[in-house]
Amino acid sequence: MTTASAAPTAASPAQAEARPPAATSRPWRNPWRHAWFLEGFTWLYLLWSLAPIAIAVLFSFNKGKSQASYQGLSLRWYTTDKLQSVLHNPTLHHAVIQTLWLSFLTTLIAVPLGVAFALGINRWRSRTSSTFNYVMILSFVVPELIFGVAMFFVFTTLFSSIVQLGTWAEVLGLVTWNVSWPAIIVQARLVTIGKQYEEASADLGCTQLQTMRRVLLPLLTPAIFASVILVFSSVIDDFVIVDLLSSTSLTQPMSVIIYSTQHGGNGGPALNALATIMLVMSFVVAGAGYLGYRWMTRGERIDGKQAIATIAGV
Amino acid sequence: MQTPPQDTGTSPRKGRTGRKGAQAQPSKAFWVALAAPGIIWLTLLFIVPFYAVLAIAEGQLNRLFESPIAVYNPLHWSSANLFNVWHDLFGASSFAGPIALRTLVYVAAASILSLLIAYPTAYFVSRFAGRRKGLFLVLLIAPFWISYMMRMLAWIDLLQTTGYVNKILVDLHVVGQPVNWLGGHSYTVILGLVYGYIPYLILVLYAGLDRIDPSLIEAGRDLGLGRVRTFLRVTLPLSRQPILTGMLITVLPMVGDYFTNQLLSGAPQTSMIGNLIQGQLGTPGLEGQGAVLSLLLLVVLLIPMIYYVLATNRAAKEAA
Repeated sequence: MTTASAAPTAASPAQAEARPPAATSRPWRNPWRHAWFLEGFTWLYLLWSLAPIAIAVLFSFNKGKSQASYQGLSLRWYTTDKLQSVLHNPTLHHAVIQTLWLSFLTTLIAVPLGVAFALGINRWRSRTSSTFNYVMILSFVVPELIFGVAMFFVFTTLFSSIVQLGTWAEVLGLVTWNVSWPAIIVQARLVTIGKQYEEASADLGCTQLQTMRRVLLPLLTPAIFASVILVFSSVIDDFVIVDLLSSTSLTQPMSVIIYSTQHGGNGGPALNALATIMLVMSFVVAGAGYLGYRWMTRGERIDGKQAIATIAGV
Repeated sequence: MQTPPQDTGTSPRKGRTGRKGAQAQPSKAFWVALAAPGIIWLTLLFIVPFYAVLAIAEGQLNRLFESPIAVYNPLHWSSANLFNVWHDLFGASSFAGPIALRTLVYVAAASILSLLIAYPTAYFVSRFAGRRKGLFLVLLIAPFWISYMMRMLAWIDLLQTTGYVNKILVDLHVVGQPVNWLGGHSYTVILGLVYGYIPYLILVLYAGLDRIDPSLIEAGRDLGLGRVRTFLRVTLPLSRQPILTGMLITVLPMVGDYFTNQLLSGAPQTSMIGNLIQGQLGTPGLEGQGAVLSLLLLVVLLIPMIYYVLATNRAAKEAA
């Protein structure tokens, strides 16, 4: 009994004395120390994630025919080779133009369609509108293959007399697949804007069309701009829909050409050059998107991290 | 996202209707007119196509051209295609059954591996990156801007028998002979799937972990929990939702993937359900079965999809 009660009193000063040295001699006991292991892990992941891309870009400047060993720097696969370079091979050359053309057409249709849809759905508020809002979100999550198969069948059977596989089928498929970007981003922005501005404008005697043009659209500009960037860049990188809906090699954009050529075993550094051109396009769009978005939201409390996340659709 | 703004949204509008009753009706027509093109578009190019797939799946075969005949009237539907696919999947000499099973194994392995890599990375960037968060975020998002084909091409370059991976492994005497990585191995395909889809998972996890209030973690520490126990009792339970949605956003496209294994293996012993469906498109006589298979896949994935939609709606509701 006496020993039991004496033990804690004897132990507690000892513990109090022991604690500070333990924290210094055993740094892993310090809860606020830097997470070196996690940081190393993260850098290893980033190396694994990005170094292969850097090497693939390097191979696009390869002097030799190999995609596996580096033999010196040249522009052979971009311009100088008279037969196989991206500039001179008609298939590769055409694929670059097809990608840009598809991105342009899809953005041109999908963004106005999605913005109008978002505005209408968000303010109309009825059973129909919320049902179609769910349909739109469903089109966002359905696996691309299943959606592509449905599109393939509808253009080979039901709509085959109006639109056949080829550029227009690709555009229609891509618009449906990407219309949810503007629809979701604009709706999110509408929630943060609220209704005060519209009501103020109505009280000051604006008609709905004037309110739309002078108040809502200017407030929505950053969201619309972000959706343009997202739609354009996701069409550049899209594969499944364009693969299923293209017909001849003339309607195949870069991603499909890379897939079918490499899969057929006829790859070569020219494919790396094509992929690098795709990469540069995407990065230019992303860079322009970031700068433009920062500029448009300069009066707001939006930092760089948020701008990056919005442009990437996160 | 739907219901609460509806409540807060209608009450001011009602107030305005009281003042200017004349404006209320044209106001609604205006929004309906704005929504109409999108609604018509989604009906014609999203709902109708899925009905067309159903009509082909339940339709008949033109014996002469081996082309599918879509039957749009449900009363005349035949279950011949469904029966064939069922037989392929579960019959005695089924060939689709093993493929479906393989898809399940690959996707499960790839998504668990992805989570094991993605969680520590997202955890580090959200909690410990400090002032370098922007840099890490740019590096994590970079794969989004690099096309999937470029990312696969990069690994094809590295994994060739004469490629750098083999060179390094032979130089380090890890392997005696160069390994034919691209010769139809399941591990190459699984690693390819991980590499392809992990950026999505990391970003969803990052967004979820970044939202955890640091004061909760500090409270755990102040109450005497160690680092590990704070993580297990505070951070991990709070990251259940992001883990679930992140896994869904990686699993859904992985199930429909047919290009990763075509590029990294190309061998029939690694083909997945996506290859089966894609191979049946444009193949005379088999298109109807392709339609059935893609619908079956859709039915299987419908529950996770609906869960995802509801979860994101709930998240948006909480944020608003």
